[in-house]
Amino acid sequence: MMQPGFHDPVLDAQSGFRAVLEAMSRPGRVQALPPGLTPPAPLQPATAAVLLTLADAETPVFSDAGTAAAEWLRFHAGCPLVASPAAATFLCVTGTPPALEEIDLGTDEAPQDGATLVLQVAALREGGALRLSGPGIEREHRLHVEGLPEGFLAARAALAPLYPRGMDVILCAGTRIAALPRTTHVMEG
Amino acid sequence: MSHDSGFGSGGYNFAYLDENTKRMIRRALLKAVAIPGHQVPFGAREMPLPYGWGTGGIQVTAAILGPRDVLKVIDQGADDTTNAVSIRRFFSRVAGVRGTTRTAEATIIQTRHRIPETPLTEAQTIVYQVPMPEPLFRLEPRLAETRRMHALADYGLMHVKLYEDIARHGHVSTAYNYPVMVGGRYLMSPSPIPAFDNPKMHRMPALQLFGAGREKKIYAVPPYTEVRSLDFEDHPFRPHRADGCCALCGSATSYLDEVVTDDRGGRMFVCSDTDYCEERQEAAAAAPASETEDAA
Ligand SMILES: [Zn+2]
Repeated sequence: MMQPGFHDPVLDAQSGFRAVLEAMSRPGRVQALPPGLTPPAPLQPATAAVLLTLADAETPVFSDAGTAAAEWLRFHAGCPLVASPAAATFLCVTGTPPALEEIDLGTDEAPQDGATLVLQVAALREGGALRLSGPGIEREHRLHVEGLPEGFLAARAALAPLYPRGMDVILCAGTRIAALPRTTHVMEG
Repeated sequence: MSHDSGFGSGGYNFAYLDENTKRMIRRALLKAVAIPGHQVPFGAREMPLPYGWGTGGIQVTAAILGPRDVLKVIDQGADDTTNAVSIRRFFSRVAGVRGTTRTAEATIIQTRHRIPETPLTEAQTIVYQVPMPEPLFRLEPRLAETRRMHALADYGLMHVKLYEDIARHGHVSTAYNYPVMVGGRYLMSPSPIPAFDNPKMHRMPALQLFGAGREKKIYAVPPYTEVRSLDFEDHPFRPHRADGCCALCGSATSYLDEVVTDDRGGRMFVCSDTDYCEERQEAAAAAPASETEDAA
């Protein structure tokens, strides 16, 4: 049987959106999403809530999370699922992300077409080894991410010269999220 | 999708907009935040208020607002104009949201033409109503051309215009809607706020969102982002403020409106920000006389 979606689609999407907006506005600050979602494995509640909040029939989604997750997303968000990362508005990634040059980064005139990578990791908390700076950050935010794919930060940093083209990342773990918009500079250690 | 929030029994959705429209606006807002100062197109909806009443700002507010928010709406600094009262009532009716006139109490402030005097905090979001989002529109009417200029960060035309202003008037004659550079990358219209308010946008702790309904554009300035008013080394940006104090609260630093007091040409200056002015008057009335003198 299909696991349920949001208990209250209107208000859960509203509070989910405010958490994502806050995360995107203050990169590296960890936001808690409303608990209660029980998506199919391997999707965790935050990953599922972000996608239910933002995806719909207008937004092709690339997912590496398997058939049950794909069916659940298709049913509750109504989004088309695409096999090609380049065709996706949202990428739901629970394993190794596709090569970043395969992702739509938008154009100089329409950089807003750059995709959003919803990247599920093992754990997230404030403080830690990553030092973030850029818009939304007063001086520096520190973030601890467990389970970030090998080489991901370097591949992401290689996109910075393309700005305003780029990709925005929402990291998800359990019921928590933190965002790395394309403007955020990340230093390790 | 078995439940809903119980709204809609009166024939409307929570916060008026349907969920598809909210999601579309929310996606545009996130990209606007991710690309500070860049105008993101969105599929604006017809609202039950005419253009010029801030339909862009209303749609942004409707897409972010939740039942726990406290909403302040100002028009030229005042909470009690027809426009501000209508918008506050609208959201009270369609979202059950609590309204306030107190800047410090609000979680969302929708504004037309002013930024409150009381500094905004990290717990707040300010939503600007924007009649014309394109800062280059008077200089270059072709939208395809302005898009190209933004793509290349080619803003020479605006610098030339400001320099001609200086040559003609000895200073930049723009008193409202004075163009800014955001994050060192995008030229942005701050909406028709007085140039006096421009410095408040720079590294503001609150999130700043902008909605233009007729032109169907959304843009944003994330917290603590650099916002510089365009100027020249030999002609630094100097915003104008009427030389005087508020006749009601004595403020020597707030933005002042000149009001006519009688039909014989009597005039006085009062704060444009009515909440700021009232709070100062209340504080002065409550304080012992010696403190009042200190504050004056
Ligand atoms: Zn006053």
